[in-house]
Amino acid sequence: MVLAERENLLAAGHRACPGCGAAIALRQILRALGRDTIVVSATGCVETFTSPYGMSAWEVPWIHSLFENSASVASGVQAALEFLQEKSSVVVISGDGGTFDIGMGAMSGMFERKQNITYICYDNEAYMNTGVQGSSATPYGSSTTTTPAGRASFGKIQHKKDMPAIALAHDVDYVATASIAYPQDLMKKVAKTKEIYGPKYIQVHTPCTIGWGFDSSKTIEIGKLAVETGLVPIYEVEKGKPMVVKKVKNKKPVMEYLKFQNRYRHLLKGEQKDIADQIQAICDKNIERFGI
Amino acid sequence: MSTISVIEGSMAVAQAVKVCRPGVIAAYPISPQTHIVEFLSQFVADNEMDTKYVRVDAEFSAASAVYGSSATGVRSYTASSSQGLLLMSEVLYAMAGTRLPVVLTGVNRTVSAPITIQPDHQDTMALRDTGLIQLHVESSQEAYATHVQAFKLAEDHDILLPVMVCMDGWILTHSFEPVKLEDQEKVDEFLPPFVPKYRLDTKNPLTYGAYADDEVPEFRLMMHFAQDRAKEKIKKIAREYEAKFGDYFGGLIDTYRCDDAEIIMVAMGSVIGTLKDAVDKLRKENIKVGVLKVRSYRPFPGEEILSAVKGAKMVAVLDKSLSVGQGGPLATDVKAAFASKQAPPVLGCIAGMGGRDMSMTLIREIIEKSQKAIATGETPDTEYIALKRQYLE
Amino acid sequence: MIGAVCKAAGSLQYKTGTWRDNRPEVNDNCNGCGICETFCPDSCITIENKKCIIDYDYCKGCGICANECVRKAIVMREERK
Ligand SMILES: Cc1ncc(C[n+]2csc(CCOP(=O)(O)OP(=O)(O)O)c2C)c(N)n1
Ligand code: SF4
Ligand code: SF4
Ligand code: SF4
Ligand SMILES: [Mg+2]
Repeated sequence: MVLAERENLLAAGHRACPGCGAAIALRQILRALGRDTIVVSATGCVETFTSPYGMSAWEVPWIHSLFENSASVASGVQAALEFLQEKSSVVVISGDGGTFDIGMGAMSGMFERKQNITYICYDNEAYMNTGVQGSSATPYGSSTTTTPAGRASFGKIQHKKDMPAIALAHDVDYVATASIAYPQDLMKKVAKTKEIYGPKYIQVHTPCTIGWGFDSSKTIEIGKLAVETGLVPIYEVEKGKPMVVKKVKNKKPVMEYLKFQNRYRHLLKGEQKDIADQIQAICDKNIERFGI
Repeated sequence: MSTISVIEGSMAVAQAVKVCRPGVIAAYPISPQTHIVEFLSQFVADNEMDTKYVRVDAEFSAASAVYGSSATGVRSYTASSSQGLLLMSEVLYAMAGTRLPVVLTGVNRTVSAPITIQPDHQDTMALRDTGLIQLHVESSQEAYATHVQAFKLAEDHDILLPVMVCMDGWILTHSFEPVKLEDQEKVDEFLPPFVPKYRLDTKNPLTYGAYADDEVPEFRLMMHFAQDRAKEKIKKIAREYEAKFGDYFGGLIDTYRCDDAEIIMVAMGSVIGTLKDAVDKLRKENIKVGVLKVRSYRPFPGEEILSAVKGAKMVAVLDKSLSVGQGGPLATDVKAAFASKQAPPVLGCIAGMGGRDMSMTLIREIIEKSQKAIATGETPDTEYIALKRQYLE
Repeated sequence: MIGAVCKAAGSLQYKTGTWRDNRPEVNDNCNGCGICETFCPDSCITIENKKCIIDYDYCKGCGICANECVRKAIVMREERK
């Protein structure tokens, strides 16, 4: 992999919260992609904090129109480039809400058409831009403003949707998960998409200080813990090759991860503590299923 | 040499789009738009068009895809109808706001509920405030010409707005008429390749779809100014088309036997042909009637309409849709244009909704209601023509 | 520009350094490894002559760099009371 030496394509002066994981993801993704890239984004935190009119942070061509259509806009961009016989990479960068929920139909359509587009979901596990409401990427037991913990609630009842599996079911050419806490792995995966013609899906775990409730200096630490506990499996599936999984030598109990975050605070004590055990069971299942 | 063939209205549109050479087409099927996109798919499959056809998962994606391709600097086209147009509506606002010169065909069909596939103008009326330019056509031949004109209009750097060519579903899309098809070379002279003002290009990275807090009123107003400029452009392009191909269907409006008319019927779309025939009949009975076709609904040619009907005693405005809680949208606009000016009274007539046939009896009803209003000096706001009272509860 | 299109990198006009409560300061332990640069969300670290340079015009003081530097070469100091 040849990456331009520390090329920075996200200009300073953007308005993400201090310690924003999504902003870190953008910098790493753009570094791996390089300048010959057109980015299509959905409405969400990234769109809002990078694009105040006249003060865009993007140093590659970038287009946003709506919340639920970035895969379709990308389809048009890619068709136009094909018509013009130009070869720039077309990359979607959309949040989990724009991917798992409202934009899933459009993404499915793009996958099915087998268009040469890389779809990257930055997954901060809720609708952050509108005030931390639950999405189908919000994990089990976590409290958001629409899945709040309370006397009769332990937070989100449903499990996180397995979006990479849905992408795989479309027989796409490349599916990977990654985390901003492992930048070399992330950048390698993103760079690889440039070599593969067809639809690709990468889901990047991006801790959010505001929505998850942790100190702004801990973004990377939290990201690492998510992986080290087995809660967020990191893997890639290249068409026709066996799955490659990031192994974790010394696995940590999930409580190490939960205890740092306000969204899980209600699970640390009292009656709802068994929910934490259930989350540990999710980790154990992941560890077994993926061979972490 | 141009050729004349007897073809479906949908084929006339497809042939027009073909000679306009769009680089990207994205569409999703819905009756009565289907034949247009089927014909275009076949042209692409037969290599008769050098076009990327994006077969999408929904109209929402169709509009989004041409949004993307147009921003990438490629001439782009889509078509839809009814529910499909409404599903596009969020994107159409964004497309107009981003000043992307996409051309789309709005095949007019009513909107659920109750569900039916019959034609009226309820669907495109719902898109009235998007910023799209809306041109209504009366015949397949006019549909052909107007699509060619639409690309020229949309892509003009003084305009840069999407243009929707509205045509009545079934009545126009599925009827066979002789249509004159123009030579590719002549069309190429009339409509040069698309030169985008800006585009997504890695050599000059621009940001599209920025977040604006303070600038919104001005951006919306600039769209309004562009529509104002479009008034002259629509007229000019119609005359240029006439000079090149010999056909003229009106600019912003067109008139038929209006000069000495006492009653002028104002309408849009395929009903114009029926009204012209009715005028000829009624004139033989010494009833002085005329027809005014509104070709451009947005921008709205209030002044032109007023100066064309000034001498009349009654203006009967036919609406094929109803703005529930207000009345006919076309009539409302005409009244607004006439307000506080020296103008004849305006009688709103809701007629032909849900595809109800515009028969001679029905037109006579409009004339009789107009005559009554003239005689009594009292003009009702809205009349509902050919109402089947047995359905009212 | 028409259609609210705008140029790249206009964000540089907006100095986010004013948001900062704590200031990262680099000491002599720094060997220019670049870990902090990869993790800085705000594109305000550069590595020059094997040393980390922080652009205080933009640094929001999140503290990630200090937290991730394995050589403890960045210390956060309170700037605002
Ligand atoms: C059609 C539509 N529905 C709702 C919204 C409001 N909305 C804007 S961003 C957003 C949440 C975005 O969530 P996600 O995709 O996860 O991105 P994040 O903000 O978390 O980065 C919502 C609900 C919208 N803009 N458009
Ligand atoms: S809310 Fe979260 S994702 Fe959004 S800008 Fe702030 S830290 Fe980043
Ligand atoms: S991580 Fe520490 S040692 Fe490495 S460049 Fe940054 S400050 Fe210097
Ligand atoms: S404190 Fe945060 S913003 Fe400032 S240099 Fe360190 S990582 Fe970057
Ligand atoms: Mg999110």
